[in-house]
Amino acid sequence: MSSAARISGVTQPPVPTSADRPSGTAGKPAEKILIRNLDFYYGDNKALKAVNVPLYDRRVTAFIGPSGCGKSTLLRILNRIYDLYPHQRAEGEVLLDGRNILDSGQDLNLLRARIGMVFQKPTPFPMSIYENIAFGVRLFEKLPRAEIDARVQSALRRAAIWDEVKDKLQANGLSLSGGQQQRLCIARTVALKPEVILLDEPCSALDPISTAKIEELIDELKDDYTIAIVTHNMQQAARVSDYTAFMYLGELVEFGTTSRMFTTPGDRRTQDYITGRFG
Amino acid sequence: MDLYRRRRLRNTIVLALSIGATAIGLGWLALILGTLVYQGFSGLSLAVFTEMTPPPGAAGGLLNPIIGSLMLTILAVAIGTPIGILAGTYMAEYGKYAKLTVVVRFINDILLSAPSIVVGLFVYEILVAPIGHFSGWAGAVALALIVIPVVVRTTEDMLLLVPKELRESATSLGLPRAHVVRYVSYRAARAGMITGVLLAIARISGETAPLLFTALNNQFFSTDLNAPISSLPAVIFQFALSPYADWQKLAWIGALIITFAVLALSITARALAASGKSS
Repeated sequence: MSSAARISGVTQPPVPTSADRPSGTAGKPAEKILIRNLDFYYGDNKALKAVNVPLYDRRVTAFIGPSGCGKSTLLRILNRIYDLYPHQRAEGEVLLDGRNILDSGQDLNLLRARIGMVFQKPTPFPMSIYENIAFGVRLFEKLPRAEIDARVQSALRRAAIWDEVKDKLQANGLSLSGGQQQRLCIARTVALKPEVILLDEPCSALDPISTAKIEELIDELKDDYTIAIVTHNMQQAARVSDYTAFMYLGELVEFGTTSRMFTTPGDRRTQDYITGRFG
Repeated sequence: MDLYRRRRLRNTIVLALSIGATAIGLGWLALILGTLVYQGFSGLSLAVFTEMTPPPGAAGGLLNPIIGSLMLTILAVAIGTPIGILAGTYMAEYGKYAKLTVVVRFINDILLSAPSIVVGLFVYEILVAPIGHFSGWAGAVALALIVIPVVVRTTEDMLLLVPKELRESATSLGLPRAHVVRYVSYRAARAGMITGVLLAIARISGETAPLLFTALNNQFFSTDLNAPISSLPAVIFQFALSPYADWQKLAWIGALIITFAVLALSITARALAASGKSS
C-alpha cells in the first residue's frame, strides 16, 4: 500500500472499480511488477526520469505518449533486453514479485522466460511454424514429442491462429501474412508460459482486421497473464487496457484506470494529448 | 522545354558510356573464355582425367594435379572455414562493440587484399624452411590463409544483415546467446555464409603463387601431404612456359578445367544466395 501511494504521487491513487471492466474484480489487484524511481540512460542521454508505476497482476496496462517519450524504453527495461547493448543502463528498482530484476545477480535468461516480449515488427524465426514454437519450449523443458505437439497446438490456439495454420505446420513461418506472423510470435511467447507479456506496438504494422484479432486476443490473455502494451493508438489503449500510463519527455505524467484517464485526466498534458492537441 | 531536352541528351550520353563500359568488360571476358574453350576443349578426353602428367613428347593427362588440387583445396577449406566462421561470429555477435573487433576487421581487410605471393613466402618461412622440404601441408596452410579473410568478411557481413529484432525476440524468449546465434542468426544468414565459403574456394582454386613456395609441384602421382604435391595451377605455370606443344596443350586443358569448376561454383553460390533471399 505504501508503495502504491508513493507511485501515484503525481495524481490520485488508482482505485479501480468493478465498473471499469466487466471482468475486473472489485478491490485492488496485486502488483506483479512495481517500478520505483527508475532512470534510464542511452549513453549520457537520460531517457527516463524517476518513473514510478505498477503493473497489476492479470491486468492490461497501456503506455501512451508521443514518439520518443520513453514508452518502448520502459518496456525494454522490464525484460532487460537493453542489456544486449553497451552504454545503456537503468538505475532504480523494478520489482518483480518483490525482487529487483535490475540486481546484477539476476539470471537474465530466466527473467526473460518469465517476462515475454512481442515486438512491433513481426519476427518469425527462419524455420517452420511448428519449430518456431517447439524450439523455445525444448530449450527449457525436456518433454516427450507428444507433449511438445500438444504445447504447440495449445499455444497456437491461445494465439487464435490454430485454424489458419493447422494444415501447414511444416511451412516456413515467413510464408505467413503479417498479422499471422505477429500472432505466431505471440504464440511463441505464450508457449513458454511466461507470467508477464510485454507488447511493444504489436499492431502498428498490421491492417485493421489483424489488429482487431490481436486486440481480442489480448482480452483473452489477460485472464492468465499480466500484460503491458505500448501503443500509439489511443482508441486501442482505451479498448484493451484496464490501466493507462501517460508518458511525456521521459517522465511518467499520469497513471490511472483507463476509464478515468480517458474521461477525467488529472494532468493538463494528458488531456491535451488524449484530445489530440499534440503528439 | 529546353531543360528537358538537355536532360534527355545527358541521359543518352551517360547511357551510351555505361553500355560501352559494360561491353568492354564483357568483351574481354568472352575473349578469354573463347580462347580457353578453343585451345583447351579439343584436347579434353578421358585420358586427361585418368593419366599422369607426361614427360615431354609422351601422351598423358592431368590426374595427379587434379587430385593434388582437390586435396589442397579441401584441406585449406577444412582449416580455414571454421576459423573464419568463428572469427566472423565473434565480430558480429559477441564483440560487435568491442575494440578488438575494429582491429581484427582492419587487419582482416589488409589480409584480404594482400598479394598471395606474400602469403606463400610467409608459409615458406614458417613451414618449409625450418622443416627442410616442400610439402602438401604447407600448401594447404598457405591456401587456408587466403580462405580465412574471405570467410571472416562474408560471415561478419551476413550476420550483421540479420535484423536486430530477430536477435532481440530470440533473446526475449530467454535463449542464451549461443542458442540465439546457432538457431536464429546462423539460420537467417546461412545462404550468405555458404556463398562466402564457395567464393573462397573459387578464389584459391586458381592460386599459383602461394603454392610455388610451399607445395611446389610433383610430376608423379602422390597423395603424401608430407611431400611436394602436384596442383593444377602449378602444372599450368610449368607447362605453359615450356617449349613443348603437347605440354602447352595440357596447360590449356588445365586452365579450362579450373575455369569451369570455378564457374560452376559461382553459379551454385548465386543460386544459393537467391534461394536464401526468397525463402
